[in-house]
Amino acid sequence: MALPQAKLTATEVRLAGLSLPSAPGWTRLAREGALARVQAMGMPGRRDEYWRFTDPADFVSAEPVPATHHARQKIPVFDGMDRVRLVFVDGVFDAAASDDPALAGIEITRLAEAQGQDIHWAADLYGTLEARGQEPVDRPLAALNTAFATDGFLIRATGRAEKPVNLIYRHESDSSDAILHHVIKIEPGADLTVLENGPAAARFNKVMEVEIADGGAFHHVRVQGRDHDRRAATHIFARLGREATFKSFTMTANGALTRNECVIELAGDDGVAHVAGACVGDGADFHHDDTVFVTHDAERCESRQVFKKVLKNGATGVFQGKILVQPGAQKTDGYQISQSLLLDGDSQFLVKPELEIYADDVACSHGSTSGAIDETALFYLRSRGVPRAEAVDMMVLSFIAEAVEEIESEEIRGEIVERLVQWLARHRG
Amino acid sequence: MAALDNADREGVTEIREGVDRETVETVQSMAGKYKHGWETDIEMEYAPMGLNEDIVRLISAKNEEPEWMTEWRLAAFRRWQQLDEPKWAMVDYPEIDFQKQYYYARPKSMAEKPKSLDEVDPKLLETYKKLGIPLKEQMILAGVEGAEDAPAEGRKVAVDAVFDSVSVGTTFQKELEKAGVIFCSVSEAIRKHPDLVKKYLGSVVPQSDNFYATLNSAVFSDGSFVYVPPGVRCPMELSTYFRINAENTGQFERTLIIADKGAYVSYLEGCTAPQRDVAQLHAAVVEIVVLDDAEVKYSTVQNWYPGDEHGKGGIYNFVTKRADCRGARSKVMWTQVETGSAVTWKYPSCILRGDDSQGEFYSIAITNNWQQADTGTKMVHLGKNTRSRIVSKGISAGHAQNTYRGLVSMHPKAKNSRNYTQCDSLLIGSTCGAHTVPYIEVRNNSSRVEHEATTSKVDDDQLFYCRSRGMDEEEAVALVVNGFCKEVLQALPMEFAMEAQQLVAISLEGSVG
Repeated sequence: MALPQAKLTATEVRLAGLSLPSAPGWTRLAREGALARVQAMGMPGRRDEYWRFTDPADFVSAEPVPATHHARQKIPVFDGMDRVRLVFVDGVFDAAASDDPALAGIEITRLAEAQGQDIHWAADLYGTLEARGQEPVDRPLAALNTAFATDGFLIRATGRAEKPVNLIYRHESDSSDAILHHVIKIEPGADLTVLENGPAAARFNKVMEVEIADGGAFHHVRVQGRDHDRRAATHIFARLGREATFKSFTMTANGALTRNECVIELAGDDGVAHVAGACVGDGADFHHDDTVFVTHDAERCESRQVFKKVLKNGATGVFQGKILVQPGAQKTDGYQISQSLLLDGDSQFLVKPELEIYADDVACSHGSTSGAIDETALFYLRSRGVPRAEAVDMMVLSFIAEAVEEIESEEIRGEIVERLVQWLARHRG
Repeated sequence: MAALDNADREGVTEIREGVDRETVETVQSMAGKYKHGWETDIEMEYAPMGLNEDIVRLISAKNEEPEWMTEWRLAAFRRWQQLDEPKWAMVDYPEIDFQKQYYYARPKSMAEKPKSLDEVDPKLLETYKKLGIPLKEQMILAGVEGAEDAPAEGRKVAVDAVFDSVSVGTTFQKELEKAGVIFCSVSEAIRKHPDLVKKYLGSVVPQSDNFYATLNSAVFSDGSFVYVPPGVRCPMELSTYFRINAENTGQFERTLIIADKGAYVSYLEGCTAPQRDVAQLHAAVVEIVVLDDAEVKYSTVQNWYPGDEHGKGGIYNFVTKRADCRGARSKVMWTQVETGSAVTWKYPSCILRGDDSQGEFYSIAITNNWQQADTGTKMVHLGKNTRSRIVSKGISAGHAQNTYRGLVSMHPKAKNSRNYTQCDSLLIGSTCGAHTVPYIEVRNNSSRVEHEATTSKVDDDQLFYCRSRGMDEEEAVALVVNGFCKEVLQALPMEFAMEAQQLVAISLEGSVG
């Protein structure tokens, strides 16, 4: 079907400033295929059902909207942890600032370097999960990423990683436009934790493809902050084998526009996939969108989606979540909850929690609520001598707790809570 | 030992009778499949096949409409030609050729409008009698227990019967007139009460609303019109019974209900169609206007022919229903039992414009064999302190697909509003589907919105329990399903609740084993 003129034009505009790498090596086929997908789908527009609540204009414009960068945090998140740091500055790898990847005890190579080789284990994966994730909903920004990614990491864990891998995205140029693509392969029984943090760039497009083989486990914790004007469109595409585990948690604070898509395919029996997110937003120029699509295609799998948003001063929170249970995916246990706490009358929460179920022996449920702070509970705290601002913070923290508790590591959980407390203190009133 | 056995058996019988005699008896007595599948052999008058401006003018002329109405239709028709059929619903059906339909059909005997029910073609009266619809006044609705003892006032239901394109008769008109209530066909209202029609027609569902509503605006042939004056509590339930009879004929009725300040009316709608191999089109529009302190209850039992067990034939039901709670403290309650139609596309909505207004939506949608239903509601909260409640029960069996699609929208000015939504789906068998697509848009923080949805299958333990008490599998499923739907069934007026409960059992026949 031919694209409408508006989409054609938008796509041409976006593609004009981009070019495929001159020596794409083994990624060539994947990149060309992805470019063909982009041209067939066109860039997203406001009239697309999947972009009903979020205007993608800033993701598809020729140039990114400039974003002022702030001085680095004195103590970056995850700083106290023993981890392998891999640093990108505005989407460009900074070897000097990074640790030796070999310290993680797993195979880590850079996309920009590895694509020059003739063969690579990631050749079967790069762009593959992204391509699968285009059905039944178009995700053109992800295809754009596969085609034009400038760098990223190819990580393969064959056993238990010695340390977590921390991908750090620094933002130092007001007009940077970064496209990164990571491929992660967890071999049978292997276990890896990936941490991500940093504002990345004025505009950031990131794809992470994660293949988890039978019995493998992948843990992911991400902190998206801090620069107020940054814009980010991220995708995670995960496919799980038998008895595999996928757990991802994202905390978002600040950022003019964030769209986090997570596409999970439970392909083997008894898999477990948890996705959670906590977001705190202040101001009318804060727009945060969590879009999750979980497909159950095997028996006895469990999926959980837990998303909490605290919004104030006209901030907007969006949640689009879907559980798709394919025919034959019996004994599926699917759960989804999306909740918002609106701290003032101008903020808004827009939700589309979907279930699509083609198997009968399943237990699937979703819930969604939205409301203000419970005045009775607030009154109770104040009657016990807690000042109003602190009482509100306490209630916000307890509201978010269900999402934060999805993080398995106690150390990381404590760190996230600490960051939340700091953010709330900075954003009182 | 023998005594014990006997006691056991008695116990069994007791539970069967005590728990759900109706369901069990219904399943037994109505062992056939679709029971309204017969057709009436009656001489019909058709407009030529297809759709163009001349057909629109012809329909308008047949209804003896004034010029403004003809223009209104033509404006809608022109608009319709520019619209595309909506494709977003989770339903799949072959392309409809809108030029291969008849847009107007009426029994020949209706060419001269009968002056009273006595003059109506006996064949038509027979049709409705067969459907169990009492067109003869004073007749008691069949099947209502204790009706004989109830005071006469309490069990009267005024009926407007629509046969293919035209209204064949409206009962109790005189008595309603005494109360000041206008209840007649829309075509009659256009002639007799043009001011009311002009003021309200299209004010809730505008001509350009959506593809099917626009089509309806151009070609609607008849429907019911209700006006309840200020402060009047309508003395009886009003009811419209729609019957599609003619082949290849689309039915496009338009209902307009106006409850003036402080008025109350309860309105029932029933529909059936003959069993045919070819799918038929039905695109209705219902508009409800509710002014200050008024209340409207609108109940539907939709039992159009659903197609056979291989998915052949059936009605394509594309309906736009919307209530505008314009007044403060106004209230609308939609209750629907959707068991028929091959394809259902229907979202009865409430615009809660008046402060403190209230909207409720109770729905049971049952799909079996190859039926597809995409149904739900929209609750648009505009006024302060507005409340809405949605209870939707979807049951899917065979190869059917059942989707709940709804919108709850809290506008910035709808302070202190409240919504509660509950959508439950029940799956019977592994080849069907149940889907939930809710949209929730909250744009102020003093409002509370809660949404819950679950999907499960008929509980094996419950089935086993019923079966251990001697029920066969179908009876047991019917009983469990009736329990699952209880909240909605209770919201229906009594006569309808009975019919609905029976339908629940009938619709699921052949879905187990």
